[in-house]
Amino acid sequence: MFDVERWQEIFETLWKNKLQTFLTMVSVFSGVLILIILIGFSNGIQNGVKSQFEQDATNRISVRTGVTTKEYKGLNSGRYIQMHNADFENINNKYEDQIEYKTGVYNIWGGQVIYKKESGNYRIEGVHPEQQLIENASMVEGRFINEDDIGESRKIAIIGNQIKQDLFKNESPVGKMIKVFDINFKVVGVYSDPGGEREETRVFIPLPTAQQVFNGSDRIRSMAYTIKMSDNFDEAVGMSMALAQSFEDDIKTKYSIAPDDRSAVRVNNTLEEARKIYSLIDTIAAVFWFIGIGTIIAGVVGVGNIMLIVVKERTKEIGIRKALGALPSSIIGMILQEAIFITAIAGFAGLFLGVIALNIASPLIDSDFIKFPRVNFATSITIVLIIVVSGALAGYFPARRAANIRPIEALRDE
Amino acid sequence: MIEIKGLHKSYQMGSNSLHVLKGIDFSVKEGELVSIMGSSGSGKSTLLNILGMLDEADEGIYNLDNVPIKNLNEKIAAQYRNKFLGFIFQSFNLINYKNALDNVSMPLYYQGMKRAERTDRAMHYLEKVGLAQWATHLPSELSGGQKQRVAIARALASDPKVLLADEPTGALDTKTSYEVMDLIQGINDEGKTILIVTHEPDIAEMTKRIVNLKDGRIIDDTAVNQVKAINHV
Repeated sequence: MFDVERWQEIFETLWKNKLQTFLTMVSVFSGVLILIILIGFSNGIQNGVKSQFEQDATNRISVRTGVTTKEYKGLNSGRYIQMHNADFENINNKYEDQIEYKTGVYNIWGGQVIYKKESGNYRIEGVHPEQQLIENASMVEGRFINEDDIGESRKIAIIGNQIKQDLFKNESPVGKMIKVFDINFKVVGVYSDPGGEREETRVFIPLPTAQQVFNGSDRIRSMAYTIKMSDNFDEAVGMSMALAQSFEDDIKTKYSIAPDDRSAVRVNNTLEEARKIYSLIDTIAAVFWFIGIGTIIAGVVGVGNIMLIVVKERTKEIGIRKALGALPSSIIGMILQEAIFITAIAGFAGLFLGVIALNIASPLIDSDFIKFPRVNFATSITIVLIIVVSGALAGYFPARRAANIRPIEALRDE
Repeated sequence: MIEIKGLHKSYQMGSNSLHVLKGIDFSVKEGELVSIMGSSGSGKSTLLNILGMLDEADEGIYNLDNVPIKNLNEKIAAQYRNKFLGFIFQSFNLINYKNALDNVSMPLYYQGMKRAERTDRAMHYLEKVGLAQWATHLPSELSGGQKQRVAIARALASDPKVLLADEPTGALDTKTSYEVMDLIQGINDEGKTILIVTHEPDIAEMTKRIVNLKDGRIIDDTAVNQVKAINHV
């Protein structure tokens, strides 16, 4: 392998067969380039989708109610199903072991919020303290709602970063008073949400406060939970689906809703959605690898094919070499080394250019669903191994054929 | 140097068996210059191939420099060829993308000789055949006679026991043929054993012994008065 003479021989023969060498290298090069770019993008899609899920906790289950669409047990369709604090507490107690975080929600879709002369319309949500964890919200300033706020029904508010920018400009909102429907609330915190602007235009106030000031009595509009995650993703999905079903069944039983009524109770299970999308991503990744490997195989078959032609063309030369005392092993080594050399050089060039192309393209891609299309180190090593092994494979059969050339036949004059 | 007894060889041609060599007994002493003659189909090329270990006999004994040549695998055959034999072909069989010097040093490469020593020795043999100034030329830049001289230098490079020449002048005109024969005679005069397969009587006359083959048998084996090629150039 490190024999200088051998390398000189290889360069000489490759140079002699310039066109074949070039064509072979192009096929391997493009195969690897395509593989790298496909894998880069499949990673990019993965990153993009992951960041989409970061908006909320992935193990979230939310429960909403609506209008019934089916008659059931003598009750008309078109009833609005209203949940109450008791429903929330029932579920909390019944499934305590499986629930991680929980919140009831009572919200006003558009409420006018005024600070001094600035005003805007925002969604007002009465929630429990654990809403922060369910929403994946982080505090920019101040604090979130705490248990005391709930217990005392304090008139405090936590506003989103966007609202701060809209109403307070450069001021710090913490400690300031805002008016919501002409009722004063004291701002105690500002949050930011990985979901971005849309998720940051909400005002959170304690649930009991919301129920009192907006005539809510003990009504809640929705409930949100996260479940305790098992280490095994599939197991977690299974648990989460079972739990979501239990929630739905409980509420349907209590309010006499037809079991097949899809509109009256809607339970949204993020983990199940996540699983669907992740399995889609896995499929995309698998397809990309499949295409990429297929392209490399095509390239390698090309190398093998061209090496066969080279062997055929060099039959006489190989015959001469054998007549002069070349060992079969030296002939095999020569062809094999040539094949590995060509595939490796072309493959590395493809790898290198692919990585550079991804690095250039990465900042230019402005899509929520493709982020940081990169190929990591382990993948690169894998690809390098694939290249070298396939080069060896591509060379092996032509090399065997070359070694079996009988000098007497190769040297026969036509 | 060469001893052959009861050599048989047949080829399978479809369902027919073609008996090419029908019991050859033949020996060559060191320093001889022997020509093997015969019409095409007489078996002279087959004999040379067997002598050159490019082919194996079905039956019979072949000793080369007291080494029995039998049951050769590819590897041993390659080593023996490299060590014992030098080949000269009708169509020269030079490697066309290597220059004269590299062609000559090829057998030395397969002996595992270092490059510097190899080049040195190859150059020496190129000088010997009078082509030192053509060392860096490719075969395509050489005339037929020059190519055959390079091939002869290559055959000599590994200092083999025996030179085997298959119609060495077959592709050359008369004048060039005689020049090549003069070179071969010179090498023989230095003591090298040489076998030449030819069908040209004038070339055969320039050797020291003529073996006539017909239908796979030796019909005639006589020493001749060597005609010096130099006198006809």
